[in-house]
Amino acid sequence: MGQVVKLQQKRLLYMGLIAVLVLIWFFYRANGPQTTAVLAGTVRAATLLALGAMCGMIGERSGVVNIGIEGQFLLSAFAAFTIASMTGSLFMGTIAGVGMGLLMGWVLAGMAVGLKVDQIIAGTVLNISALGLTSFFYDRSRSLGMGKYTNIDLGPLADLPLVGTVLFSRPPLTYLTMALLVVVHIALFRSVWGMRTRAIGEHPGAADTVGIDVIKLRYFNVTIAGGLAGLGGAYLALEAVGTFSRAMSGGRGFLALAVMIFGRRTPFGAYAAALFFGFTTALQNQFQLNSTFDIPPQFVGMLPFVVTIVVVALSGLIGSMRDPAALGQTYEKG
Amino acid sequence: MSRSLLRTISIPVAAVVIGLLIGAVLIVTQDASPATAYKALLIGGAGDSDAILRTLQKATPLIFGGLAVAFAFKAGMFNIGGQGQLLVGAVFAAGVGFGIDGLPMVVHLPAALLAGAIAGAIWGGIAGGLKATTGAHEVIVTIMLNFVAGNLTDWLAANPWKDNSGSNIVARTPLVEDSAVIPTLGAVPVGFLLAVVTAAICWMVLERTTFGFEVKSVGHNRHAADYAGIRVGSIMAMTMAVSGLLAGLGGAVESLGVDGRFEAGVNVGLGFEGITIALLARANPLGVVPAALLVGLMEAGAARMQFKSGVAPELIDVIQALILFLVAAPIILRWILRMRHDSSEQVQLGAGWGKS
Repeated sequence: MGQVVKLQQKRLLYMGLIAVLVLIWFFYRANGPQTTAVLAGTVRAATLLALGAMCGMIGERSGVVNIGIEGQFLLSAFAAFTIASMTGSLFMGTIAGVGMGLLMGWVLAGMAVGLKVDQIIAGTVLNISALGLTSFFYDRSRSLGMGKYTNIDLGPLADLPLVGTVLFSRPPLTYLTMALLVVVHIALFRSVWGMRTRAIGEHPGAADTVGIDVIKLRYFNVTIAGGLAGLGGAYLALEAVGTFSRAMSGGRGFLALAVMIFGRRTPFGAYAAALFFGFTTALQNQFQLNSTFDIPPQFVGMLPFVVTIVVVALSGLIGSMRDPAALGQTYEKG
Repeated sequence: MSRSLLRTISIPVAAVVIGLLIGAVLIVTQDASPATAYKALLIGGAGDSDAILRTLQKATPLIFGGLAVAFAFKAGMFNIGGQGQLLVGAVFAAGVGFGIDGLPMVVHLPAALLAGAIAGAIWGGIAGGLKATTGAHEVIVTIMLNFVAGNLTDWLAANPWKDNSGSNIVARTPLVEDSAVIPTLGAVPVGFLLAVVTAAICWMVLERTTFGFEVKSVGHNRHAADYAGIRVGSIMAMTMAVSGLLAGLGGAVESLGVDGRFEAGVNVGLGFEGITIALLARANPLGVVPAALLVGLMEAGAARMQFKSGVAPELIDVIQALILFLVAAPIILRWILRMRHDSSEQVQLGAGWGKS
């Protein structure tokens, strides 16, 4: 029976994909520049969400809830911006962002895995700390003299209509994120590390019995996952916006969690969800720029959140999405 | 009793002291004197009747927000949606406040407060109801509802309920009618008194009623509560509705007692501070009041601190975060205080996003 459901789901997926492509083609014929702008905005908005979702996914697959992604984004964006501004190098800023993300991941692991603080409270501490620290140390006079990351055209691919602009003329961290999606997918589902990670998220006791050091692996995973959120912070400050401002993560760390759940804790699923959320953001921006339709932008803005609530509720009812069994529980060696 | 009270308050008090000490180090790095800064903070928050009024005004929504989080904690749930519940409470209280005129105060003011409370209860109740019926985790749903509330209240304040007087272009409602304004008695806003009374009622409900017992039973052990015949689902739904009601009331008091209207973007962040307050109070409704007064005092005095010593008011946020960290990870403080381990100190909210 499970096989049948899977087959049906696959068929649905392909049908959905074809429907989306047909729609895109239809809109592109109707209004080329606007469609291109919306889709480019979609890909742009999806990058940060995908990075956050991968961070959350690695943690949750190992049994650790991370609601501190918002704080990890914010403090990493701050570190990336500050270092880039001091050194004049975007690359150094990116390294600093990733480093800060790793550090915050390690702090989260220290609280949630080491000190056995409730995981949700530990994440909340990260969020509130990040907001406080960045607001306190924020120096308004700083700026990026050299500007932000610019688009890199991938040779002749970039000249293709529509997809050239949307996919092959992007700034570097966006490409890196797309590559990381593949890397994380392979690591999670095709490597020994991935198997062990999923084991400690499902049944840490059993994993322990076969000789996996649960505590150590959780520490490692939550720290590494923090690096992904750190890259998200760097992306936010150095590629998406080009500056730092107070609370600039604007709730997207929380949104990334929804994207992760929506995408069933798989990298490609999360990217599809991120594209959907990105699409509503891009659409909202487009609505604000030219009022083609008479829908208040606030209602377009509500859409992804309402959809998330519906999806989370439905998935609970149908039971099609299951949490890792040991999610949220601290592990004590028996 | 005094011994156990001492034990209960030693962790939060130690957390505050250490938080302030680390804050002092940060002040030194800013080339300012901690003594000057903290003195200005204290005078700015409690130096005269104006300062006290400011502190009490700041503390009021914190009490409501803290009670909202604390109440949900008791049932083992985490209401991170205080922000959204506060926003809908604030906008609907303002809506009733300016939308109806000609009513006497004894009718109008309670009606406006009630509108805010009901709006908040519905907002929280959605999350609780979904949790009970579908198993959708309240954390993810309340976060999403925060964004929905932000958009909804923005739209209300920018379109149907917009203040069209003069050349106003800001997304805000008109001022509420005089009959819906919460008065101030000397240096004491009546909204603050309402908050304190609400805290006492919360304590009574939790400690002296069957409903409170059921809430705490669900929080202690959901399965045991179920086995004992408590309807766990409806208790969880009702807990979240009560939690939302408290936050919504906080928003209503902001609109009717402090701002005099609802303005988009003004109340941002207030809902999240309830988490700090609830943890600092160890989820005890009576502890929420002093915790909120402390944080309210720091916020009220921050402007004077900046004026007198040049220290950025955001220092308060850093100190709050430090306090929160120390309260959340009491093992660090126990090690400093050389205290014995007491498992009741740890707040545990438990499992993942789905069913449990």
